[in-house]
Amino acid sequence: MSDISYEVIVGLEIHVQLCTKTKMFCSCELSFGQEANARVCPVCLGLPGALPVMNRQAVEYAMLAAMALNCEVSPFTKWDRKSYYYPDLPKNYQISQYDLPLGSHGYIEIPLEDGQTKRVRILRVHLEEDAGKNLHTAGNFSQVDLNRAGTPLLEIVTEPDMNSPSQVRALAVELQRIVRYLGVSEGDMQKGHMRFEPNINLAIKRPDGEFRTPIAEVKNLNSFRALERSIAYEVQRQLDEFLETGVTLQMGNKSTRGWNDVDEVTVLQREKEEAHDYRYFPDPDLVPVTTTPQWLEEIRSRLCELPLARQTRYVTEYGLSDYDAGVLTAERPTADFFERALAAGGEPKRVCNLLTQVGLKMAREEGVDLAALGLEPAGVADLAKMADAGTVSATAANTILESMVATGKAPTALAQELNLIQTSDAGELEGIVDQVLAENVQAVQDVVTGSKKSKKARGFLLGQVIQKTKGQANPKVVSEILDRKLK
Amino acid sequence: MSSRNLTAVELREAIASRRIRSVEAVQETFAQIDRLEPTVGAFISLFRDQAMARAQDVDRRIAAGEPVGALAGVPVAVKDVLCTSFGATTCGSRILEQFHAPYDATAICKLLNADAVIVGKTNMDEFAMGSSTENSGLRKTVNPWAPDRVPGGSSGGSAAAVAARLCPVALGSDTGGSIRQPASFCGVVGLKPTYGRVSRYGLVAYGSSLDQIGPFGRTVADAALMLNVIAGHDPADSTSVDETVAPVDDYLDGIDEPVEGLRIGVAPAFNAGAESSVRAAIDAAVDVYCNAGAQIVEIEMPRLDYAIAAYYVIATAEASSNLARYDGVHYGYRTPDPADYVEVYSKSREEALGQEVKRRIMLGTYALSSGYYDAYYLKALKVRNLIRGDFVKAFETCDAIVMPVAPTTAFRIGEKVDDPLKMYLGDIYTISANLAGIPGISVPCGLDENNLPIGLQVLTPAFSEARLLRIARMYEAATDWHTKKPAMVQ
Repeated sequence: MSDISYEVIVGLEIHVQLCTKTKMFCSCELSFGQEANARVCPVCLGLPGALPVMNRQAVEYAMLAAMALNCEVSPFTKWDRKSYYYPDLPKNYQISQYDLPLGSHGYIEIPLEDGQTKRVRILRVHLEEDAGKNLHTAGNFSQVDLNRAGTPLLEIVTEPDMNSPSQVRALAVELQRIVRYLGVSEGDMQKGHMRFEPNINLAIKRPDGEFRTPIAEVKNLNSFRALERSIAYEVQRQLDEFLETGVTLQMGNKSTRGWNDVDEVTVLQREKEEAHDYRYFPDPDLVPVTTTPQWLEEIRSRLCELPLARQTRYVTEYGLSDYDAGVLTAERPTADFFERALAAGGEPKRVCNLLTQVGLKMAREEGVDLAALGLEPAGVADLAKMADAGTVSATAANTILESMVATGKAPTALAQELNLIQTSDAGELEGIVDQVLAENVQAVQDVVTGSKKSKKARGFLLGQVIQKTKGQANPKVVSEILDRKLK
Repeated sequence: MSSRNLTAVELREAIASRRIRSVEAVQETFAQIDRLEPTVGAFISLFRDQAMARAQDVDRRIAAGEPVGALAGVPVAVKDVLCTSFGATTCGSRILEQFHAPYDATAICKLLNADAVIVGKTNMDEFAMGSSTENSGLRKTVNPWAPDRVPGGSSGGSAAAVAARLCPVALGSDTGGSIRQPASFCGVVGLKPTYGRVSRYGLVAYGSSLDQIGPFGRTVADAALMLNVIAGHDPADSTSVDETVAPVDDYLDGIDEPVEGLRIGVAPAFNAGAESSVRAAIDAAVDVYCNAGAQIVEIEMPRLDYAIAAYYVIATAEASSNLARYDGVHYGYRTPDPADYVEVYSKSREEALGQEVKRRIMLGTYALSSGYYDAYYLKALKVRNLIRGDFVKAFETCDAIVMPVAPTTAFRIGEKVDDPLKMYLGDIYTISANLAGIPGISVPCGLDENNLPIGLQVLTPAFSEARLLRIARMYEAATDWHTKKPAMVQ
């Protein structure tokens, strides 16, 4: 057993629901949680005679995502019909893209646990329409809800470049961050905006040779947790199976498995890859799409700095911790807000602390974006400057920020209103320091003699001064006076 | 004054000038339907009350001096392949016998906006698959010229209705000749516009890249009037053509003006396949053009021999996909007692689709199957491109091509039902216009020894319907074949 080693090999297929105003080929609004079959029309119902019309916004979103994933965007693409019979598919074919996907040959950089990044190749990115939903809750018959039918989906297929469950999770999280950054998807897992299908197998090394286990595809995972756990489960299952039976990858022995979220196991759905014949052919109802250089240029101009690049920049340029940089770049509105505050003159670390310790916390409590709290970036910058100048303490700054959210007032006004302006007047403070020194002879002694208690005693004296000023003394100034007097 | 012998152009003028009331025209229409429909069987559904109400409304508006549309008060029939929000839309199929569309096809909207009075929906080969209307799952339609003969197809009901004077004009659809061939068999004018000229939205698809809606009338001018109403870009149909690229003309304007310096292309070798009476009529028609001053140019169309093969691959491939939705799950016929959901599909389709439809679904499914796609579908698309090229080349030396519509006149009911290949071969002259996407018209040009109508087909380049109609009108103006009536309407 000890002389066996293995490598995990995972490729991922991801379906991302785009947040267009209307469906892929008709003018029905996208829906979530509506009454069944409330958002349908002749086109998405697949009624006789109805014809699809391409949603340009969906194509542009897909182009933008393809560009962000470093893909080549095809100058010419088309729509193909993928035929299969299923009750949730009203036309019994899905409009998809077959041999000329919108994007191909790209890559995505994902963060690794050791702080490095890894490049995972993207095989293809294409657009298609979603199916409806079959409901089996009505007794001895089933029902079909076609609200979701025709919703634009971006299908992203990676090369099998990931080697651990955590890498797959990192890719999924990074992809979510990217599509949200680009504004092409809400990426809301609870609403099924991202669905994952990993293909997993193992490359096993043993003294008697190298072996590949049969590939298993786990269908329809809709949480990061399920994605990571199902792969971890598969790794162990495939290893056990190989050791027990010696079965290796053959033509046609790929299996399809489902994830049981309760027992946290994958369950066999189809033993052998069925010889599915989707009878793809170009949809004669739709015209091909030519992506002109001008159009591509216009879309490219909408690209923004991607989250991982931004995160790295915050570390190198602003000296933030990787953790803080990650928090600030998790959502684009937060990072944008942060940068606007910097542009208004805020010092990066100070602004970062204000936003991570107070701003984001309050936004989370309100259930909104940081940008939706009503804060002005310039106001936050002003507050940061006040803290840096010692006008208010760091603790007071946090209090002021909370009040800024509550009242919408400027930080200077609030500092006065709340009596949080620090006293930095050396003359005034000197008198108070003298008084404290006179009242605490023993402590003064400890400091001056440089005894073991020296440091603690000095801290005590400083605290006494601050206390006497009801917290308004600037500790820095007090410290200087103390140093001078206790020499 | 009787409306029955008026053309649509004459009738709308009579109604607009209040010489005839629309109500009278519609009453006469239904009187004629009551008299002849039991024999002809042109209609699947009739809208007597609705038509009368519309006619009354048109009359009222005209009397009040309100503006009315181009077909105000004119009775029109439409093939039952066009979705209407009123009545059923059956496509001649048992699977859609009870299907009521919740929307109107764009062409129907345009007719209604032009104040036409839709009197009924006409019989057809099931899902427009056929050349005789014998494949209808719902009705039998006969040829008004000879009730033991077929009216042609697939738009046989519309052609028969116009020929029997049940209405002056009608709409059909043409995927491989389904307007022109029944027009030829029934002795009326039938126009297939350029692919993309008329919106297909609401036209139940057979072969989506070939289907096109077009009119029937007794005269070329009536076809032009109808095209005026239905032509134009539709944002709901991506394949309908941008009018800045191909403007829509007023097709009636200047229709009587002969085309100067006309060059008529003829492919004698290709025409040789038609029976002798048809060949003679076409030769005579060429002489008519010659006498009108046209230059006759011999052309070669070497790839037309492959048109039928290419057509029956492309059309059936598209059909196999287009018809997949008739599954018993969402609407239409459902088998009464399925064992499981797969049986909902298999039994519903087995029980409610006709033989010819099943045959074409099988053919098309095969052609698209993995491993056969390149050999059949892709090859057929290449042939299609070559045929397009043949036309482009031919139109460098001529303005219009003249040929038969069909190799024969109307055949006997039942004569070819057991021989689908023979039936397919009858489409030889019409199919290539669909493959090339160009417009074509069928104009009455003779009667054979059995007193059965013969059609002259004229083809012109894409989006040149205005010229096509003028060229067809030149022939019509010089002859009187379009005035001949079947015995039942004498």
